[in-house]
Amino acid sequence: MPKITYIEHDGSQHTVDAEIGSTVMETALRNDIASIVAECGGSCTCATCLVHVDEKWFAVVGPPSSDEEEQLDAAFEVKPTSRLSCQIKVTEAIDGLIVHTPAYQGR
Amino acid sequence: MSETIKTDVLIVGAGPVGLFAVFELGLLDIKTHLVDILDKVGGQCAELYPEKPIYDIPGIPYITGHGLTDALMQQIKPFNPTFHLNEMVTSLEKTGDPGFRVTTDGGKTFECKCVVVAAGGGSFQPKRPPINGIEAYEEKSVHYAVRKMENFRGKRLVVVGGGDSALDWTLNLQPLAKSLTLVHRRDDFRGAPDSVNKMRALVADNKMDLKIGQVTALEGSDGVLAACAIKGNDGTVHRVEVDAMLPFFGLTMKLGPVANWGIEMDDELIPVDTGTFETNIPGLFAIGDINTYPGKLKLILSGFHEGALMAQKAHRYVYPDKKLVFQYTTSSTSLQKKLGVA
Repeated sequence: MPKITYIEHDGSQHTVDAEIGSTVMETALRNDIASIVAECGGSCTCATCLVHVDEKWFAVVGPPSSDEEEQLDAAFEVKPTSRLSCQIKVTEAIDGLIVHTPAYQGR
Repeated sequence: MSETIKTDVLIVGAGPVGLFAVFELGLLDIKTHLVDILDKVGGQCAELYPEKPIYDIPGIPYITGHGLTDALMQQIKPFNPTFHLNEMVTSLEKTGDPGFRVTTDGGKTFECKCVVVAAGGGSFQPKRPPINGIEAYEEKSVHYAVRKMENFRGKRLVVVGGGDSALDWTLNLQPLAKSLTLVHRRDDFRGAPDSVNKMRALVADNKMDLKIGQVTALEGSDGVLAACAIKGNDGTVHRVEVDAMLPFFGLTMKLGPVANWGIEMDDELIPVDTGTFETNIPGLFAIGDINTYPGKLKLILSGFHEGALMAQKAHRYVYPDKKLVFQYTTSSTSLQKKLGVA
């Protein structure tokens, strides 16, 4: 099972198992990563599941779609490696993924 | 400017569950008014996923949020409910047994027998940007909505965002403002192409300024803004003198005033009796995502069921002397007359 590490803004780290076919957002909720809000439940419409993908992983995860890029306009402190975690699917390729979660998702 | 509206039941929230409650109450001859903070009906279906698919409405294999809202509006049309949109219920007071007086931020007062809280995840409210000390400037210099354009005449404005709200207010306020700077995180706008073109033309004519980046700090005193720092994507920081800032980052759900109505709450949710969906206050019901009970699932279909059972109990309050006979819409002529099909 692929593993994902969430590093929260206060530095705390959580490495958890992720189910293939689920998303980085769903995996966060299942593991009580508090800084992922996911108000819309994964519809790519609320921008409250923002993560900053670790630099060395960004090429693997890839850039956002144009829909997602538009939603990022409603997020805060967006960086070049920022993604909405509901739009990152869990695959074998992302085993070991590191994402940084922001302090604030807009609420 | 206050008006008092008398009704049988006031429904707080015009999402799918609030809308279907109109139907179930209507079949029992109970009149309804609905209040919603959004400028449209449909709640999350309208605001969060109008074009997204929903696959778990019984009997409807596939429908969008917008489609479901339209279908519900058609279904409840015979009952002619009254909608009060763009308004938030601010206070609720018990006046009878049961009986309530409810007021909104739009200056309306309702007197009703029962209240049904169908407020979902709470009220949709503007997202507040994470800028240090921004709260201190809200009301006076930082505005998340424009109530009166005249208030911005002759002012130096900063509008933040890249969607239609940011673009529309940029275009509407630019002619009145002393100066206007639009700040967006990227040089690409998701707003209507026509608005984007108009904005670009104003920039080309030096009638307004466009800065790509984000507002990182505010300067001022006593809630009055003097300047803001805009950090470009290349890291350079510009200081812009400003009288008012208007951030448009969309909406987020916040519980809001419900917490102050004296209802027993459990972690921002309202515990209910699962036979009646009544709260700890008789005559005050909670249905849909905002309630909680053992086994609760936040599904639209659960909210529909909850509304049907709620209506049975509400009938006892609205018509204490009438015996309620259970009927099917398929076979009851009286129900079909109410629906305008018999």
